[in-house]
Amino acid sequence: MSERRARTVPRVRRLTGYAAALLLALVMVAPFLWMLLTALMDEFEVYQAPPPLLPAAPRLANFTEALTALPFAVYFRNSLILAACTVVGQVATAAMAGYAFARHRFAGRTPLFAVYLGTLMIPGIALLVPRFLIVDAMGLVDTIAGLVSVDLVAAWGIFLMRQYFLSLPRDMEDAARLDGASEWQVFTRVALPLARPALATVALFAFIDAWKALLWPLIVARSPDLRVVEAGVASFHGMYYANWPWQMAAAVAALVPVLIVFLVAQKAFLRGLAFGGFK
Amino acid sequence: MAALTVTHLVKRFTGGVIGVDDVSLTVHEGAFTALVGPSGCGKTTMLRMVAGLEEPTSGAVRIGARDVTWLPPRDRDVAMVFQNYALYPHLTVRENIAFPLTVRRTAAVEVTRRVRQAAELLDIDGLLDRKPAQLSGGQRQRAALARAIVREPALFLFDEPLSNLDAQVRAQTRAELVALHKRLGATILYVTHDQVEAMTMAQRVAVMALGRVLQEAPPMALYRDPASLGVARFIGSPSINTVAGRATGTRFEGALSCDTRVAPCADAVLAVRPEHLVLEPAMDAAAAVVTLVEPLGPESLVRVRLQGGEDLVARVAGEAAWRMGDAVGVRVVPGQGLCFRAADGARLA
Repeated sequence: MSERRARTVPRVRRLTGYAAALLLALVMVAPFLWMLLTALMDEFEVYQAPPPLLPAAPRLANFTEALTALPFAVYFRNSLILAACTVVGQVATAAMAGYAFARHRFAGRTPLFAVYLGTLMIPGIALLVPRFLIVDAMGLVDTIAGLVSVDLVAAWGIFLMRQYFLSLPRDMEDAARLDGASEWQVFTRVALPLARPALATVALFAFIDAWKALLWPLIVARSPDLRVVEAGVASFHGMYYANWPWQMAAAVAALVPVLIVFLVAQKAFLRGLAFGGFK
Repeated sequence: MAALTVTHLVKRFTGGVIGVDDVSLTVHEGAFTALVGPSGCGKTTMLRMVAGLEEPTSGAVRIGARDVTWLPPRDRDVAMVFQNYALYPHLTVRENIAFPLTVRRTAAVEVTRRVRQAAELLDIDGLLDRKPAQLSGGQRQRAALARAIVREPALFLFDEPLSNLDAQVRAQTRAELVALHKRLGATILYVTHDQVEAMTMAQRVAVMALGRVLQEAPPMALYRDPASLGVARFIGSPSINTVAGRATGTRFEGALSCDTRVAPCADAVLAVRPEHLVLEPAMDAAAAVVTLVEPLGPESLVRVRLQGGEDLVARVAGEAAWRMGDAVGVRVVPGQGLCFRAADGARLA
């Protein structure tokens, strides 16, 4: 009896754990499922009360209609440019500044780093007006350059990279110096490859941030050919009229690049974790 | 290959802590010198200053005829083997060994040739396509050595390279390093806290403590003829026995007494190696009780406690004739007692 009980107790505990995890996963997945199902519904089906869970006749045409109702090809191109510039900018500056903060001694290093950290306390929305004024003064409003200009440097990325570089053993960099490497070679050939997991993290978050950016692109880019995907998705929802299935179809399409990037970055992330070679 | 000359080297860290305190040391061309001392004695700081990884507060470092004191590490023509090997984990063994050549833009044909040569010398030519994580400790050690020898530097620096290896591999690697030194004719400065490594491998040993070099001499000279009590205590395993007493000019008198012709000193220390203590049943020697017998096979260590409470250890050949609790007499082999001044540990002449 007691032996049997000893076996059942962990099993019950495990099943409870699975059930909790499943519930949590459902909470996470539910909005996405709802988005997907709505994207397949008829325009008026969504207004039924109570709303149906499944579309009566799945309308794949919503996707083609939504993506052609507005010039989404242009929006996707703009979003990709914005995201690519943001990723390249943030990864490059975070890696270099993070390395300098972690490894190089220079006057004002600690106070400067504190200032960088301090900027994390400022909510993005508070920066909207000053940023606009600066970009406007530079004559970059309604240009690609103006669109991508504000998020090329991320303080949190610098912070993340600095912490990661600090966690790496210095011996490998010292070994490279003795092996004849210049400081730039030490950085690019030893430190950067070792920091791949952190770089992947910075890149992933930079991409997602840039991809879902709405407010800044709306403000700085006024002409339709500079609109980004999020702005396109949002524009199906007017003051007096909303086409839910089209909006959800566009939202599903907007999600695809994020999914792809996440899967790719996740691989790099795991490869980074499997590194091991140093103790 | 070139000689290493360090003169009046000082390293004072921020906060005033002195890491290296006025050290002068010469490693002759092709010589193998070990820098040995307890952890925190400044030996690694010293090595890092020679490598250029740490800036000295004052003093000079010369390699051959060049003053390299203020040169960056890459311009010193020095190779270093680190305690944790410091192999680049993202590169294969081949790329690791080739690294010093590729950053110097050596021609590809030459790189291939020299990498193969170094790998064959260290018997790792079968492992060239592996990553460091796929190697055992001993193999990583060899890969790190190959990376050091591949560009034929003027000077080799070793920072406790064997301390992460298990005992068997360590003993084997010791012998291989000595053979490698002979074969390459390399100038080597080898840092270790393990006096066995220093004694068995190096031609000369410098003993460091508190940032200073206490004595620099061939291993057996250090063992037989230590200049200070610190050196006497650090070199030798088990440690040298010490008892307090006074030197009269012809004799040392204390818990253990023996004839010794040194300058008189009221507050002296007698130091005797374990193999220079004789245990006997006779009555005309200091009386003691055996507290522990450790048979090691070819010899035994017998630990005894004198009446005054001093613990001593004697090394006797073969199996000891004594058992725990036996009463014994302890005598010093004539001429083998070393006398030091208690105040500063200086050898009494």
